[in-house]
Formats: sequence, structure tokens, C-alpha cells
Amino acid sequence: MSTFEKIQEIIVDQLDKEPEEVQPSTNFREELDADSLDLFQIINDIEDEFDIKIETEEGLNTVEDIVKYVDEQLA
Amino acid sequence: MSSQKKVKIRSVGKYVPDKVLTNDDLTEWLDTSDEWITSRTGIQQRHISTVESTADLCTKAAHEALKKAGVAAEAVGLVIVATMSPDAQSPSVACTVQANIGAAQAMAFDINAACSGFVYASSVAEKMLSASPYQYALVIGGEVMSKVVDWQDRSTAVLFGDGAGAMLLEKNSDTHSFIGEDIHADGSRGRSLVSGETALENPLTIKREMNPYLQMSGRDIFDFVIRSVPKNIRTVVEDNGLDLEDVDYFLLHQANARLIKAVSKKLKQPIEKFPQNIQYFGNTSAASIPILLDDLIERGDIQLGSKQTLVLTGFGGGLTWGSLLINL
Repeated sequence: MSTFEKIQEIIVDQLDKEPEEVQPSTNFREELDADSLDLFQIINDIEDEFDIKIETEEGLNTVEDIVKYVDEQLA
Repeated sequence: MSSQKKVKIRSVGKYVPDKVLTNDDLTEWLDTSDEWITSRTGIQQRHISTVESTADLCTKAAHEALKKAGVAAEAVGLVIVATMSPDAQSPSVACTVQANIGAAQAMAFDINAACSGFVYASSVAEKMLSASPYQYALVIGGEVMSKVVDWQDRSTAVLFGDGAGAMLLEKNSDTHSFIGEDIHADGSRGRSLVSGETALENPLTIKREMNPYLQMSGRDIFDFVIRSVPKNIRTVVEDNGLDLEDVDYFLLHQANARLIKAVSKKLKQPIEKFPQNIQYFGNTSAASIPILLDDLIERGDIQLGSKQTLVLTGFGGGLTWGSLLINL
């Protein structure tokens, strides 16, 4: 599974969305109605899944932003 | 079987001040909204004290518990109050309550484990009662959080409420209510939630300015709860030979409805097993669990003596967290 697919799965589960609704360009707050607590939970699950630490949710607006962040941490 | 004597929950009582502040009331001086508060916390209103002290709320809750049990205050040998908003450093809230209710034979002291206070105090009271010559102990969680929050800080002012809940424990009974416990602290993360800091002040030092109000890092606390609490609940249940499915209700500290939902999801247990009254009372810190317990008994969902299995879970400042596995 690619980083995107794993993150897509986490977001789909947390926000009760369909996979098609969660694409790389999807904006959490604007398109998925996610608020700060949703983001905390998504970040929390991603930290556990990839065994990394995400210090701040600032600058993470789209699914692609998170995929990039995670890939940089893993590199 | 050890020589420990059996201790059961004999009765529960609660008291909250009359004055209700709705979310809309708060918008009169805070830049917030009912929609924002409700969707992120589940809180619709909170009770706020206008004249009563922490000891007053605790006294009324204690009276209620004693009245329901038909037990005289003179028979109580121990009064423990869990609070992070005492009326004074001394006398303790428990001593004031002891005088107010007339529990002349009782020893009395406060415990501060913030929002985990009721779980901590129950754990201590059960063991002290079991090893003591007396028959009854009162465990009270009572808070006037409205005096420790900064009413201009919209990130915290909207969250808290005032109230008290009391539980009367009885020894030498047929039932042992306290099946197991799993209780923790992590002081290294204590700065995530700070309240009532006092500065060093004497002729030899220069006094520093300090924020006396409650300050909280929302994400750190959320992160702490979501990682520690599900694990803690699983441990207390499984270490005592039960499965999560055997538990009738999980009574979590009422901090945030979204947090409770997240814990239910992590444990894969239906949300119906996580009763809530946060919508009416907000976060009443150490008082939230006994207030919820009393509500559920009044509603008939929980009956003392029914052999129902409960998990009571507190978490908060310290950091502290812990669960009690209870057989009613």
C-alpha cells in the first residue's frame, strides 16, 4: 500500500467518507468538513501507522500535504 | 482470598448550583457560538455557582447520599473530597464538609488528582475503609471550576461547570464492588494542563507574575487521552478476567463528547455503553463521574446491588488517569 492509500484509509475511517471523496487534492476543512478535533484524530492515527511524530497541523490543508509530510519524515 | 473486608457502593447523591449558563449566554462576552461549542464538545449548558462554595456543593451532595442510604453522619469514619478548586489551602474542603454534615467521628482530607480525582479518592477510600474500624466512608468529587477558569479565554471558559457528586461506601456487606483498578500518573507531561499556580513570595525573592487561571494545551490533552485511556480501560477489564463485552457501562470523565466517541471507537464498543450528561453540566472535573453515576441510577439504567459491571475512568491534569472495575 502506498502512503496515499494508507492515509486515505485512515481519513475514510475517521470521517465516515467514501474513498472516492478522499483524493490527493482534497482539502480537509473545506471539502470534508473536518474540524480541529477531526484533524487531531487523523494525525494521531497517522503517527501510529507510520511511527512518526507530526508536531503541528499548521500547513496541512490537503491530503497531498500530509502524504508529502509523511514521506519526508520517512525518507 | 485476602483478609480484606468487602466494601460496596451503598448510595450516591449529587448537587449542582441552580444558575444555568447556556452557550448563547457565553456569546454575550466571548467570540464563540452555540454551534461551535456544541459540535466540538457536546456541551449545551453548564451550572455555575453564584454564591455557593466548593464545600457547600459537596455538603449538599453528601447529605443526598446519606439520606438515600438512611445512614447517620455520625456513622461515617472517613470523608475524602477530590477537588482541584478548593475554597482554601486550609481548612480542606473535606473538613468543612465534615463539620457541615456533623460527621464528628470522621477523619477528613482532600485529594487533588484533577479530573481523575474521583477515581483516585475512591481507590484510597476503599482500602482505608477496608483496613479501618469504621463502617462508612464518603467519597466526594466537588468543583467550582468557574473560579479557576479565565472567563475571557474562549478556548477554556466554554468547557467547565460547577457541581458535586458523593458516594457512600459501606463495609462488611455481601458484595465487594471494587474488583480491580489500573491507575497512573505522568508528571513529566504536567505542563499540558496547569491551574492555580502560585508564585514564590517572601522578603528574599522577587515575585514573578504568574497566570493563576487554568491553561490547557488542547491537542496535547486530546493526544494523551486517545492514547492512554483505551489502553487503560482494556487493561483493567482484561487483567481481571473479563472482556469489554462483559462491561455494562463505561462511565468516562465527562470532558468532551467527541473524546468519548473516539474512545468508544478505539475500543470497538457501542457508544450506547458510554453514557453522557456533558450536554447539561459541561466538564465538572472530579465531580463528573459521581454526577453521571447518580443520573444513571435516577434514570434506572443502573441499579445498586444489581451485579452490573461498570468501568469508571478519570483522566486529566497531572497528568493523571485511571480506571476502576466495579461490580454493583
